[in-house]
Amino acid sequence: MSGIFCSLRQLSVTYGRGVAAALDGIDLDIVAGERLAIIGESGSGKSTLARALAGLLPEGARVGGEMLWPGLGHAPRPGRDFGVVFQDPGSSLNPVLTIGEQVAEGARRHLGLSWKQAYVRAEELLGRVRIPQPEKTMRAFPHQLSGGQRQRVAIAAAIAARPALLIADEATSALDVVVQAEIVRLLDGLVREDGMTLLFITHDIALASGFVDRIAVFRNARLVEAGPVRSVLSAPKSDYTAALIASHRDLATPPLITEVQP
Amino acid sequence: MNWLRRLLRTPEGAAGLAILLILLLAGLLAPVVSPGDPLRIAGRALLAPFTDPAFPLGTDRLGRDVLAGLLYGARTSLAVGLAAAFSAMVLGLCVGMVAGFAGGLIDEALMRVVDAFQIVPAFLLALAFVSTIGVSTPIIVLAIALGTWADPARLTRAQVLAIREQDYVASARVIGMHPAEIAFREILPNALPPVLALSATIVAGAVLTEAALSFLGLGNPNIATWGSMIAEGRSVLRSASYLSIIPGAALAVTVLGVHLFSEGLGQALGDNDVGAA
Amino acid sequence: MNDVLLSVENLSKGFSSGARQVAALDNVSLTISAGETLGLVGASGSGKSTLSRILLRLLSADAGSIRFEGVDWLALNGASLRRRRARMQIVFQDPLAVFNPLASVGAVLDDPLRIHGVVAKDRRPGEIAMLLERVGLPADYAGRPVRALSGGQRQRVAIARAIAARPSLLVLDEAVSALDVTVRGRILELLVDLQKEQGIACLFISHDLAVVRAVSHRIAVMDGGRIVETGPAAALVAAPQSDAARALVAAVPRLATDPC
Repeated sequence: MSGIFCSLRQLSVTYGRGVAAALDGIDLDIVAGERLAIIGESGSGKSTLARALAGLLPEGARVGGEMLWPGLGHAPRPGRDFGVVFQDPGSSLNPVLTIGEQVAEGARRHLGLSWKQAYVRAEELLGRVRIPQPEKTMRAFPHQLSGGQRQRVAIAAAIAARPALLIADEATSALDVVVQAEIVRLLDGLVREDGMTLLFITHDIALASGFVDRIAVFRNARLVEAGPVRSVLSAPKSDYTAALIASHRDLATPPLITEVQP
Repeated sequence: MNWLRRLLRTPEGAAGLAILLILLLAGLLAPVVSPGDPLRIAGRALLAPFTDPAFPLGTDRLGRDVLAGLLYGARTSLAVGLAAAFSAMVLGLCVGMVAGFAGGLIDEALMRVVDAFQIVPAFLLALAFVSTIGVSTPIIVLAIALGTWADPARLTRAQVLAIREQDYVASARVIGMHPAEIAFREILPNALPPVLALSATIVAGAVLTEAALSFLGLGNPNIATWGSMIAEGRSVLRSASYLSIIPGAALAVTVLGVHLFSEGLGQALGDNDVGAA
Repeated sequence: MNDVLLSVENLSKGFSSGARQVAALDNVSLTISAGETLGLVGASGSGKSTLSRILLRLLSADAGSIRFEGVDWLALNGASLRRRRARMQIVFQDPLAVFNPLASVGAVLDDPLRIHGVVAKDRRPGEIAMLLERVGLPADYAGRPVRALSGGQRQRVAIARAIAARPSLLVLDEAVSALDVTVRGRILELLVDLQKEQGIACLFISHDLAVVRAVSHRIAVMDGGRIVETGPAAALVAAPQSDAARALVAAVPRLATDPC
């Protein structure tokens, strides 16, 4: 298969005044070109992992272990080597800049394009992320778009400079199920077309399992289990993973109420 | 109290609190250290500081004890500063709360009044007030308060408007809480912290304004104030500069102390948020 | 036992955003009988939250009527509204934002008991302990600040507060959406148990059809401010008629294990 893109060896992170580690001795390889889901509930450390990879840890955070980037050969450059899509579509876009400016910025800065060329690319990207009427949207402001559309814009901005890695940190958690499914399809398609590596961080194991290659389950700052999605789901090695799978509820799950009304 | 402990943990808070406590002690112990009227002629004129143990900080042109003036002046500065700031805060809080809750025309009308008071520079307002009405201490307190109540009013209103939209206020309404109870139990305690942090700055400003009024001869002539001491020292600034420098330094340290305290308080109260999830 | 508890008729509410008029609710009608759970599903912007806010009298309606326990609900105001509020309560989505940051668990539960005089003053601590136990929390949590609890625990306190005044209708507005998956199931079970025990009717609002299916007797589907489909839960999920319902059914994530 393809080579290793990023390798985490005993990665540990403790926040400034914290006593407990937010990440504890993580050993994980990210394969180039794969779609890897990081599954965890609150306090699992999944967001800390995203921030550590993106170099967004706050001041005073203590990092142990190493993050190696054999796929790049050098420390990753934000925007150029990786892009990030955050959870909250309301605050990840700058409210006073137009959509066009925000999407074009990455292309201009990292690909050395002129503003004009960058704008052309930005409009193409808006089309790729299925924004209706891309030319009009280029001049619009974030507050004029819905949450789902803003998230599409955020994705476009993240991939503007053709990064090798896309980190989606709970990118669908603030959206409703219908939009969630659309965004997941979009991410899947984009990543396949461009050959990007995708790190999809979420608490929803079912949502991730629908399209990723591997999953890694985190709990209380530790990596509990990692492997190809089908094997982990059909034969989970850890009780916690089994509990996560058991808690999943879909339309086939028997309801909690009795059908006959009281 | 929890916030006090947090305050003391910040270097600014600890330093500020220390300075203010020294000031408070100075004011309280004034009659003990320097008994008698500080404005009486106590000894030879223009005695330099550190020369005569009876007058550790020297005497002024009329022979008044500088140390006595300093200690009693601390009382005036603190008393006027605190009283003026307190009045400004209470007035500002009340107006801000009413405007924030009432909305509509009442809000508009009150905000125009706040605008009017904010447009006039606080010092000039105090100056005009004192020179027309008179120079008693209560008038000075009122004059300073009138110049500074507008900021807390605006801040309180902004806080009330923001907090009103919070889910916990909606929850209180759904429970069936009476609007007055919601205002005082849910909204006011949560609106206070930033306004309280502002209060320290107002105290500093009030202290300076009082000193400036005294300096210009518009203070109460019957009590010792640092401002009047600085003014008195002007005429002998070259030969006896200590007369202006000592009270000036005291003023600077006081204002510094208040600002440091306010910094520390802001950090202590604002430190409520949980860290990264 | 199958009397109509809540009857919403032709409720409409519009917002003007700039030059545009948006109909957040467009002639919405529904009924809930005593002791039943009506699930209300729809995508974001379908009007679910607007409906719940109007029901809870946090927002005013432009047109329409609501009859609750036989009274004209929208006509009530002031003290008479406050009194009757005890009968309809809500659990919101964000378990942190719904509590006064300075409050303790005990204070939060004491409020509705005190305001509606549910029990005599000296019996309130006992009632608080009982409420905590009912929602699966230790009685000694009463002294803790709410901020010290986890999301799931806070939501339990929110449920305890909501049932303290013995309501006949409980509105749950995305009440489990912000909770961890492993916690969600337990909260849903708690709600179903409470209903069986106390006969409280529920309006369960969510964008997640799977969650709604788990706890509802009937389901109403909202789209663009209108109710586009209503029916018994099992039937609606098995054979959705409207486009909106079909989209919601299709969007429910399924675990991708190999079919056996």
